[in-house]
Amino acid sequence: MLRFVARRLVSLLVSLAVASCVIFVFVEVVPGDPAAYMLGLNAQEDTLNALREQLGLNGTLLERYLNWVGGMLRGDFGTSYTYRTPVSEMIGERMWISLPLAIYALTLSTLIAFPAGIWAASQRGSLVDVLVMGFTQLGVAIPNFWFAMLMVLLFAINLRWFSAGGFAGWEAGFGPALKSLTLPAIALALPQASILARVMRSSLLDTLGEDYIRTARAKGLSRRQALWRHALRNALIPVLTIIGLQFSFLMAGAIIIENVFYLPGLGRLVFQSIAARDLIVVESVVMLLVFAVIVVNFLVDVAYALVDPRLRVRA
Amino acid sequence: MTFMKFATASALAMMVAGAAAAKSDITLAMQLEPPHLDPTSAAAGAIDSVLYSNVFEGLTRFASDGSIIPGLAQSWEISDDGLTYTFKLAEGVSFHDGTSMDAEDVKFSLDRARAEDSANAQKALFGSIAEVEAVDASTVKITLSAPNGSLLFNLAWGDAVIVAPESIENIKQAPVGTGAFKFANWVQGDNITLERNPDYWGTPAKLDKVTFKFISDPTAAFAAVMAEDVDVFAGYPAPENVPQFEADARFQVIVGNTEGETILSTNNKMPPFDNVKVRAALAHAIDRQAIVDGAMFGLGTPIGTHFAPHHPDYVDLTAESAYDPEKAKALLAEAGFGDGFTTTLKLPPPSYARRGGEIIAAQLREVGIQTEITNLEWAQWLEEVFKGKDYGLTIVSHTEPMDIGIYARPDYYFQYDDAEFQAMNTALEAEADVAKRSALLDKMQRKIAGDYVNGYLFQLAIPTIAKAGVRGLWENAPTQANDMTGVYWAE
Repeated sequence: MLRFVARRLVSLLVSLAVASCVIFVFVEVVPGDPAAYMLGLNAQEDTLNALREQLGLNGTLLERYLNWVGGMLRGDFGTSYTYRTPVSEMIGERMWISLPLAIYALTLSTLIAFPAGIWAASQRGSLVDVLVMGFTQLGVAIPNFWFAMLMVLLFAINLRWFSAGGFAGWEAGFGPALKSLTLPAIALALPQASILARVMRSSLLDTLGEDYIRTARAKGLSRRQALWRHALRNALIPVLTIIGLQFSFLMAGAIIIENVFYLPGLGRLVFQSIAARDLIVVESVVMLLVFAVIVVNFLVDVAYALVDPRLRVRA
Repeated sequence: MTFMKFATASALAMMVAGAAAAKSDITLAMQLEPPHLDPTSAAAGAIDSVLYSNVFEGLTRFASDGSIIPGLAQSWEISDDGLTYTFKLAEGVSFHDGTSMDAEDVKFSLDRARAEDSANAQKALFGSIAEVEAVDASTVKITLSAPNGSLLFNLAWGDAVIVAPESIENIKQAPVGTGAFKFANWVQGDNITLERNPDYWGTPAKLDKVTFKFISDPTAAFAAVMAEDVDVFAGYPAPENVPQFEADARFQVIVGNTEGETILSTNNKMPPFDNVKVRAALAHAIDRQAIVDGAMFGLGTPIGTHFAPHHPDYVDLTAESAYDPEKAKALLAEAGFGDGFTTTLKLPPPSYARRGGEIIAAQLREVGIQTEITNLEWAQWLEEVFKGKDYGLTIVSHTEPMDIGIYARPDYYFQYDDAEFQAMNTALEAEADVAKRSALLDKMQRKIAGDYVNGYLFQLAIPTIAKAGVRGLWENAPTQANDMTGVYWAE
């Protein structure tokens, strides 16, 4: 087991090193000079040079790469070119919006998807099943930004229940902050809930056809009892996998929704930084996301190996 | 009797409540967020849009009509040879951190802007200054290396505001100026708050608090205004909605002039555009009003040269490049391009360029010029077009005020190299006499119009949507600014 973990750990480090090279090279080869972007059309060549010097942009590619990686190893993500604040601070601030939003959306989607999926599966072929399948089909098909706009039109412009966007800030209190995340969370949750409900339903139907369910029924359990005690637990495995995937999607993929509701989240930070050629921010955020994904994969690998000894040998 | 007392008391109470409820704060939205808060080291107009005249002040300043009025300098004397300017500073001015503003701060600010390692985006503004001298606490003497007729104008720019050496270290995050508002808070990505400066040396601001909110998406902008989340949207990004706001009694629409000459920039060194007949053909192939109507929904004024139509020295030369496709075809044939040619049209992100580009491409096709359209991000545009000069045509709005001088720079991206124009510009820079300057500007405008350096399209207009009760907003934008010092709510 130890050898397995050690081997996985080495591969994790190699992946991180390769990822850092790829990210750096890809971001740096994109044409565009951050100094020119900042100083605009009237800037003189000597001013541009002075600014490049201040930003540390005049070194060779290798020097800058080593600076960046060395800094990250010491926990220093560098300083944003345009904002002139430490990147770690910026990521920290934005995280306080993106993370709660992702959790909020995931909670909502689970709360919708579980009952809907279970209900549809338990009454297969009934009107409920048809309705759930119909609505989830619609939920998957509707683009979330369009749905978001419709909600803004109804709840913000006509009914005035919510503001049209922006973030109240956590210092304004939990209630107002949560309220400003509500419409975005619903918009993000809708397609996720639809997918999740469909997975829940089909997974549950699969397990309901298993031999052990028939045995349970034969032993005298009602259909409902068999479903809740035996089928549901086993049906959860694929559902949990999907939830895990959705979470990383919600963390990194909320860019469009953040734009519709002008929320200052992580996605919008990356978006703005790319336009402004704030390369150091782009590199660091992307690296952080890669790091998170690689570490989660590593933990999952280890967990699988713990549960299933056969995997240790194969890996 | 008792009833009367009660009624009087409640009426009084209501009056008091009414007075207390009069709004003293405002939320103003704009599209772009400042990258940082130092107006003296970046070109980003968003920095001035928040801070100019609100937080930072210069020796002189722009009034809303574009004229130059005294700022921190209350008066000035110009020596007969035009080489020495002596400024008398306002008395009792202090920075928001409590330190006093005196001649040493002015010297520091100007020396910093023109220093060797300066990162000032408009360093050229200070090019003629040879020495800045603090004569006494309230007197500053600026000596020039050559006469400069636009020094007072140059000093009014946001890039020339007065900063303090004590607070320069943190200016990018916590700007400390002398203005009627002081910086309070910045929630990055969302808003910046300014508060009234109770110790302001001049006329105090009427509002207690101003919140600048940043909403980049046009659809979100529409929703924010309709839901009344914001009181003002300066530079509203979707002109197609303007008629809807005009029809709604809750709002007022202010369409103001800007200093943005929107032009079809032409690479003057790239064949076939090195031939003046081809450039003239371009000018006659363009239907300006159709572009204003189609791309800007009617907002904007057609121009015939690189000069703002609301400026007193403007010469209307639109007739020289009147829409005449037949003439354009004839000119192309004369130049040897009877069968037309193909060129590139590289478009930066603003909608005036993207929408305008499609229309111009169609108009050019009518006379036989085929364009390959490429959409570029700003950073790519700066690299490829502005610096690399790898383009045939592009569309961009030049938003700096009074920037006709760019035509005297042969290495500027449209590569117009004309000795006669350069001589005129040198003469203009040295000329302080108003009438002679006007005459020179007249000649310069005619010169670049006659040489068809670029396709002059229209003067960019900015629509501002505000709640009906807001008063005192600038109508025009002689510089990028939202001067909030005179803004208040009507009853």
